[in-house]
Amino acid sequence: MTELTDLGIAAIRDGVRAGDFSAREVAEAFNARVAGAKALNAFLVETPDHALAAADAADRARAAGEAPKPLAGVPIGMKDLFCTAGVPTTAASHILEGFTPTYESTVSQNLWDAGAGMLGKLNMDQFAMGSSNETSAFGNVISPWRRSDGGNAPLAPGGSSGGSSSAVSARLCPGATGTDTGGSIRQPAAFTGISGIKPTYGRCSRWGTIAFASSLDQAGPMARDVRDCAIMLEAMAGFDPKDATSLQLDVPRWEAGLSSDLKGKRVGIPKEYRVDGMPAAIETLWQQGVDWLRDAGAEIVEVSLPHTKYALPAYYIIAPAEASSNLARYDGVRYGQRDLPEGAGLQDMYAATRADGFGAEVKRRIMIGTYVLSAGFYDAYYTQAQKVRALIARDFEQAFERCDVLLAPTAPSAAFALGEKSADPIAMYLNDVFTVPSSLAGLPAMSVPGGLDAAGLPLGLQIIGRPLDEQGVLDAGLAIEERAGFAARPEAWW
Amino acid sequence: MTEQTYRIQGATGEWEVVIGLEVHAQVTSNAKLFSGAATAFGAEPNTQVSLVDAAMPGMLPVPNRECIRQAVRTGMAIDAQINRWSRFDRKNYFYADLPQGYQISQLYHPLVGEGHLDVSPDEKNPDAVKRIGIERIHVEQDAGKLMHDQHPTRSYVDLNRSGVALMEIVSRPDMRSPAEAGAYLTKLRSILRYVGSCDGNMDQGSMRADVNVSVRKPGAPFGTRTETKNVNSVRFVMQAIEHEAKRQVAVLEDGGAIVQETRLFNPDTGQTRSMRSKEDAHDYRYFPDPDLLPLELDEGFLEECRASLPELPDAKRQRYEAAGVSAYQAGVLTAEVEAARWFDALLEAGAPPVQAANWVTSELFGALNRLGKAIEESPVSPSQGAELLKLVADGTLSGSLAKQVFEIMLDTGQSPAEVVAEHGLKQTSDTGAIDAVIAEVLAKNPGQLEQYRGGKEALFGFFVGQTMKAMAGKANPAIVNERLKAMLAQS
Repeated sequence: MTELTDLGIAAIRDGVRAGDFSAREVAEAFNARVAGAKALNAFLVETPDHALAAADAADRARAAGEAPKPLAGVPIGMKDLFCTAGVPTTAASHILEGFTPTYESTVSQNLWDAGAGMLGKLNMDQFAMGSSNETSAFGNVISPWRRSDGGNAPLAPGGSSGGSSSAVSARLCPGATGTDTGGSIRQPAAFTGISGIKPTYGRCSRWGTIAFASSLDQAGPMARDVRDCAIMLEAMAGFDPKDATSLQLDVPRWEAGLSSDLKGKRVGIPKEYRVDGMPAAIETLWQQGVDWLRDAGAEIVEVSLPHTKYALPAYYIIAPAEASSNLARYDGVRYGQRDLPEGAGLQDMYAATRADGFGAEVKRRIMIGTYVLSAGFYDAYYTQAQKVRALIARDFEQAFERCDVLLAPTAPSAAFALGEKSADPIAMYLNDVFTVPSSLAGLPAMSVPGGLDAAGLPLGLQIIGRPLDEQGVLDAGLAIEERAGFAARPEAWW
Repeated sequence: MTEQTYRIQGATGEWEVVIGLEVHAQVTSNAKLFSGAATAFGAEPNTQVSLVDAAMPGMLPVPNRECIRQAVRTGMAIDAQINRWSRFDRKNYFYADLPQGYQISQLYHPLVGEGHLDVSPDEKNPDAVKRIGIERIHVEQDAGKLMHDQHPTRSYVDLNRSGVALMEIVSRPDMRSPAEAGAYLTKLRSILRYVGSCDGNMDQGSMRADVNVSVRKPGAPFGTRTETKNVNSVRFVMQAIEHEAKRQVAVLEDGGAIVQETRLFNPDTGQTRSMRSKEDAHDYRYFPDPDLLPLELDEGFLEECRASLPELPDAKRQRYEAAGVSAYQAGVLTAEVEAARWFDALLEAGAPPVQAANWVTSELFGALNRLGKAIEESPVSPSQGAELLKLVADGTLSGSLAKQVFEIMLDTGQSPAEVVAEHGLKQTSDTGAIDAVIAEVLAKNPGQLEQYRGGKEALFGFFVGQTMKAMAGKANPAIVNERLKAMLAQS
């Protein structure tokens, strides 16, 4: 018989509703699975009681004949970027060690209101800055995947939502929250053979989510398949008056709207995404994706996004600029770590606290951001990057005059080994080359697993949609999912 | 105007002083600029702090519509360009009273653009008006407050003010004397209070000025300026300018150069001293706040702001003058919104403008001054005042009786009619009674009568006085005069 932890969100939801099993059984099964997977280092905090309490509430409600909540009985993992009331929240940084919020982020509250429970807080790249989870102050997450060609080096689960990707792919939770600033949902999803969607900027409230780069940060779900992503995103999204950039729109019923019939749809293939040195397996998969979508009824058109090559440099100006300011509040005055050397004044306290509290990558980005905003450099960097950002958005607008969604690879490689790129920030940044442009344009984009490379590692395909057209993205994702028949899963070695 | 030109006499000749003011005015609002926390003055430390004001992780600013509305109304009151598209920027610097590590302000696209204020630096000559340009008004957050006197080795932070909305009102360098700067600040404060966008309480810090001063030889280009921060009274602003201008002249005449720097004013000595120079000035790394969308104002909002503006001091002054009130009195009556409101209520209750202005500026202001009360605390209401003036106009009370009645009204809060009835202070115009008293006075003073008849007509006043005294001041003086003349002529 199938283990409960092999079930996805829809299956758990439906099983609990049907009475096939209780929500408590589900929560207990996942709690045990989480407890047994410490080797992955996916969780920073485990919250079995939270999961059990939500499960018991779901079971009681069902016994009382109440209408079931959308996520009743579904336990999930929560990226540690979301503030959770009474549960330590650190963004995987020393500087927030010991910080326990008194408040609940809007996204997590929305999930609890929908009946979900929390298995724990998921490890991540520190302040969501990284593509491999190696910047966590609490040890890197390890991917549950191993190469099939004998190389046994621990692999990166992707980043920054690497705890989420690792936990979902290892069946520690049926779904997890992620956040995506330049690809932090999509790239880890691709690396671990799961699905993840970053919705249109403004769909999910940022209130209570620790900020990295405010104009780019978006929360989204990571789960095993497209339907599960749709279910979870419906619960997470929605207008929030506490976030001035939140979109005042009703949340569409994405799950009910799912359709893999793409007749009459056009899929654009951006020619600029064919980069030098891209592994053949990715090239092949991309072509395979084209064939799948054509098979689903879509017409394929080649489109051009001419400013693509400027996206990465612009992103690595804008995101650090915002981060350098957003992270100024971690100063040791009010909460989190404080380093107060003997006889230190205020400036010394700032310096000591921040030098010790932030990791190397965070400090690198704070310095880059401070530099690009400083007098004399602002126009050359920040203003210029904003112009590039506008051009990139226009590229997409023009492309979407000719097509409904775009298809591209999610990342230029499969998962790399931990340590392989950590010494070379540029190589690491290049991993975001396909995900960053849609982030700059605020577009909905998702990654779905397409297949495995020669080493048996998962590869993802990315679908990018028009603003607010999550449905079109999910539908194309579903069409790929149905044809890819991706069933591979990591062997438990942990 | 030339006779008023302000010059500093230096060893090398005359110097002109050039002044610009940046006024920080706390916006009157129940809530802060980007959070719902309260803004009352004098609350216990850290009792008016939301998660946003303390910059807890993940907190986001949401603009408070009322603060924006007040700033727009203020802009309209100074005839300024209202920018329908504006944006908030972050000004980045570290300090313990600044929880976010940045202040949300507006550098690049302020809410309010170019405007102006007409000021009368010479109180005695209110028609001598000078126009002072206002470059912009932008909206920004206030910081918290450090408290160094709570613990021997530690400093404490009070975040009650953190996030409170300020308007920064930036003048052009158009002022040329301490008197002009004083008049500008006074007028600005008056307008803010009329509009209701700032309470103008300078002693509580809800209005303070950064004073930019430079000096030059008349006609020469602008000199290097210094900025004296956070001066919190009109008098101190004038003192700071005077001291700073003289100091600059002394430095320049000594062959030195003025350093562009930030200075502090010491109210005890009336002097300014250096706080930090341009070399250690911060690089604030301004950039648009990515947590906030640009502020776009629609016509309906602007229309509502416009419609809600009260009559402003200049318009009121013109209205009073047109009704016959002297320019000086009109200026006095309109300087403070409370006095103008009181005076308008008096007019609405039917008081004739000229008499009302005379009475308010002399009797009422004098009495309130004596009692140490503000006009809104006046024991006599505008309708009672109007009633009193009516009793004078219809002859029921003489001027001196009116003064007596008014004193009793101040004491008891009674209406003039009640006072008149209770104390029998009604003026008598009964010629029979007056004639009888006059006859008695004439009979009692045969010597004076004889001298009067002998040509010493100045004694007429003596008989008036005796008659009034005998009638305890209640006789109608006009009738006493008339009857006395007649009776002196008769006998």
